[in-house]
Amino acid sequence: MDLSACDVLVVGGGGAGLRAAIAVAETHPNLRVAVISKVYPMRSHTVSAEGGAAAVIKPGDSLEEHAYDTISGGDWLCDQDAVEAFVREAPAEMLRLEHWGCPWNREPDGSIAVRPFGGMKAQRTWFAADKTGFHMLHTLFQTTLKYDVIQRYDEFFVTKLLVDEGRCQGVVAIELGTGKIHAITAKAVILCTGGCGKVFPFTTNANIKNGDGMALAYRAGAPLKDMEFVQYHPTGLPFTGILITEAARSEGGWLLNKDGYRYLQDYDLGKPEPRPVLRSMELGPRDRLSQAFVKEQEKGRTLEGPYGHYVHLDLRHLGEKLIDKKLPFVRELCLKYVGIDPVKEMIPVRPVVHYMMGGVSTDIDGATPLPGLYAAGEVACVSINGANRLGSNSLPECLVFGARAGKVAAAFAAELKAPSPSVLTQAHDEERRLEEKFRRGRGAKERIATLRAEMHETMEESAGIYRNGPALQKAADKLRSLQERFRHLTLDDHSYTFNTEQTAALELSYMLDVAETIVQSALQRTESRGSHQRTDYPERDDKNFLGHALAYRAEDGPPRIEWVPVTITRWPPGQRVYGR
Amino acid sequence: MPATVALAVARYRPEEEPAPTLQTYEVPFREDWVVLDALNYIKDRLDGSLSFRWSCRMGVCGSCGMKVNGTPVLTCAAFLSEHLPGPIRVEPLDYFPVVRDLVVDLSDFMRKLKKVKPWILREEEKPLAEGEYRQTPDQLDAYKQFSMCINCMLCYSACPIYGLEPSFIGPAAIALAQRYNMDSRDQGARERLEILSGYDGIWQCTFVGECTKVCPKNVDPAGAIQQYKLTSAVHWLKTLLPWGAR
Ligand SMILES: Cc1cc2nc3c(=O)[nH]c(=O)nc-3n(C[C@H](O)[C@H](O)[C@H](O)COP(=O)(O)OP(=O)(O)OC[C@H]3O[C@@H](n4cnc5c(N)ncnc54)[C@H](O)[C@@H]3O)c2cc1C
Ligand code: SF4
Ligand code: FES
Repeated sequence: MDLSACDVLVVGGGGAGLRAAIAVAETHPNLRVAVISKVYPMRSHTVSAEGGAAAVIKPGDSLEEHAYDTISGGDWLCDQDAVEAFVREAPAEMLRLEHWGCPWNREPDGSIAVRPFGGMKAQRTWFAADKTGFHMLHTLFQTTLKYDVIQRYDEFFVTKLLVDEGRCQGVVAIELGTGKIHAITAKAVILCTGGCGKVFPFTTNANIKNGDGMALAYRAGAPLKDMEFVQYHPTGLPFTGILITEAARSEGGWLLNKDGYRYLQDYDLGKPEPRPVLRSMELGPRDRLSQAFVKEQEKGRTLEGPYGHYVHLDLRHLGEKLIDKKLPFVRELCLKYVGIDPVKEMIPVRPVVHYMMGGVSTDIDGATPLPGLYAAGEVACVSINGANRLGSNSLPECLVFGARAGKVAAAFAAELKAPSPSVLTQAHDEERRLEEKFRRGRGAKERIATLRAEMHETMEESAGIYRNGPALQKAADKLRSLQERFRHLTLDDHSYTFNTEQTAALELSYMLDVAETIVQSALQRTESRGSHQRTDYPERDDKNFLGHALAYRAEDGPPRIEWVPVTITRWPPGQRVYGR
Repeated sequence: MPATVALAVARYRPEEEPAPTLQTYEVPFREDWVVLDALNYIKDRLDGSLSFRWSCRMGVCGSCGMKVNGTPVLTCAAFLSEHLPGPIRVEPLDYFPVVRDLVVDLSDFMRKLKKVKPWILREEEKPLAEGEYRQTPDQLDAYKQFSMCINCMLCYSACPIYGLEPSFIGPAAIALAQRYNMDSRDQGARERLEILSGYDGIWQCTFVGECTKVCPKNVDPAGAIQQYKLTSAVHWLKTLLPWGAR
């Protein structure tokens, strides 16, 4: 086993992780900071974000409005102190990225350009064409290269958090290239491992989004919050699940059913106007749009193709010039993957799992209840997203809370002495576990792909856009049995060099844990709110459920759920009104 | 359309075999499958020991570059139907050390990337309170194309010069240097020029242009190198003239 040490260890090299690392380097240049990532940082999933990043910048807009849009969009489940900090700090964070070289789109006078986005009452979404996440990630990554203090462990896969004396003191990781096990001790660890869309079969999420950090924290005793809130994006390409960004609708795209009718007008989302209207119709929030699709399907007004039901996204009236200028990637993806030119043809789309509102529970500085452990980005739940995230809020969330967590973790680490020596015993135990599980366990019979497929099916049937008690209970039981069967997993690959079957197995075990927390939280929230719709409890119930579910790992059996109230500062729960 | 198609995939397991071999797998043929889907089919159903990198499956993360029938491509954007009848040969990118199967070692590029200082260099930073640097749409267009690089390494794999002379800093790194040089917010062009006009820099390129041909994102690294040579020559000329050494 290899040993190394640093002061602050950032797990994850996406938007949140890189921002956190820079915050440590800038505020505490004397600390040793490291970024560990299972892929090269510029491959992180942030790279696929398309539409944009919200922050108030234009005259006529206000922080209050951004906060209100976020809170009403989240169906009043957001912690309002966190939202206030978020909207206040987002503009400076976005500017900082501009100073670091991010190629934001511009107005003719050279100032930042913004576009409308779903659920937002003002134009405040900054964009770099429709490759916003790509440009943000590469800008951040290239900027980190100038800080010599930021050390990197590229292609290292974290398998465990080291916890001793009640605080997190580092990680165990596999160096993929060699299979060597490393114990990396740290005075503070910041989880920035992204989301968990791959728990579902049909998702916009990349192959690496398996909820690793959520499971790592959960196993270390930290709770996962709001896990029942899974966002479906209304416009994914059938089969591949490739996202067609919301920007396509904010630039004026229409959603049409099989009769060419803008069906959203039937779902209390406003009247169809030829030009996009903020917080209305196609610019409504994602949960409501995805739910409208299901209703439309039930009425038999969707189209049917080889990969299920779909509707049409029509951009033809926008014209080639606008499409090429503002949505070039949409055109590229459609041409490449479905052989359709959106300038001339309509795009087939359907709802697709996209984003996890829940995650590792943190306070507004990214601190988890476990001392020394922090979290930021999609892995975390602060919570600014509540029951439904607004598009273009999560990229700035990565920046704001990545920076906050970085600063606070650095201050925490600066005060501490070296980690306790007994963590090394734990690291050795973990090394032994990995060795036994993945090198020896021959004779077992379960295959990764089979278990994964059964998990997918279970999640899609029980925890999709509409849910109900009996289906969720059945899923909870099924997931228990999959956990049991996982113990009899067999692998074809017993080598050490770049063993991707081993990492796939570890990822599957992470996903099974995460899936259980999703299902259990959804089962116990007997109301409907935002993206969590229970057909057996169709109303929002503020009396009993204006609170967050915290899922804790139980020694044996499904996760244990505890409840904490939502923080309300200035916006008492109200009705969500769109298009009126 | 055939019901199945054969893939001849390069295998290399350094713990077991001294040199790479080709292994053939038969996978279902599907119209909407890309080569990466076929590789995943193999991994899930036929042989879990096959190793390759992938992530986004939408041509933007840059992980899945391999050679398909001899040409460097993103396997998540290369349809099986474009490579019929098969067997379709899938091999790791050329000129990089092979770690395992289809996985190559990128550390050389990571070092070179850092060397060209791909970040905004300025004598003085503008305070955040003063807002954004103004940059008109035309100024943005001047470097935008070079900023589209996904670091997929197809261009290195296509570059005969890199094959002969591994110290050559290479197409993508040069394009990224140029991306910052052309950015109206940057003042580091001269500093980068010093790095790039050295022996490992731009002069090694004989303008074969293969890099631009294989680039999946239209970055045009060959154009960047060409531009650079010109600036560099002018710069060099200026240093010969007593009044121009600026
Ligand atoms: C297609 C798509 C489009 C989107 N568009 C937008 C948009 O327009 N606007 C917006 O605001 N949001 C958008 N989002 C959401 C947003 O992109 C993500 O929420 C955000 O990028 C997450 O960033 P992150 O830093 O938290 O995680 P990621 O970028 O996912 O990074 C996770 C990091 O953790 C590392 N990691 C994970 N597990 C391990 C492990 N076990 N060991 C070591 N390292 C590990 C990975 O290697 C990676 O570096 C979009 C999402 C998708 C899927
Ligand atoms: S220049 Fe093109 S081919 Fe080369 S790494 Fe960048 S995107 Fe890939
Ligand atoms: S998998 Fe990301 S580019 Fe192919």
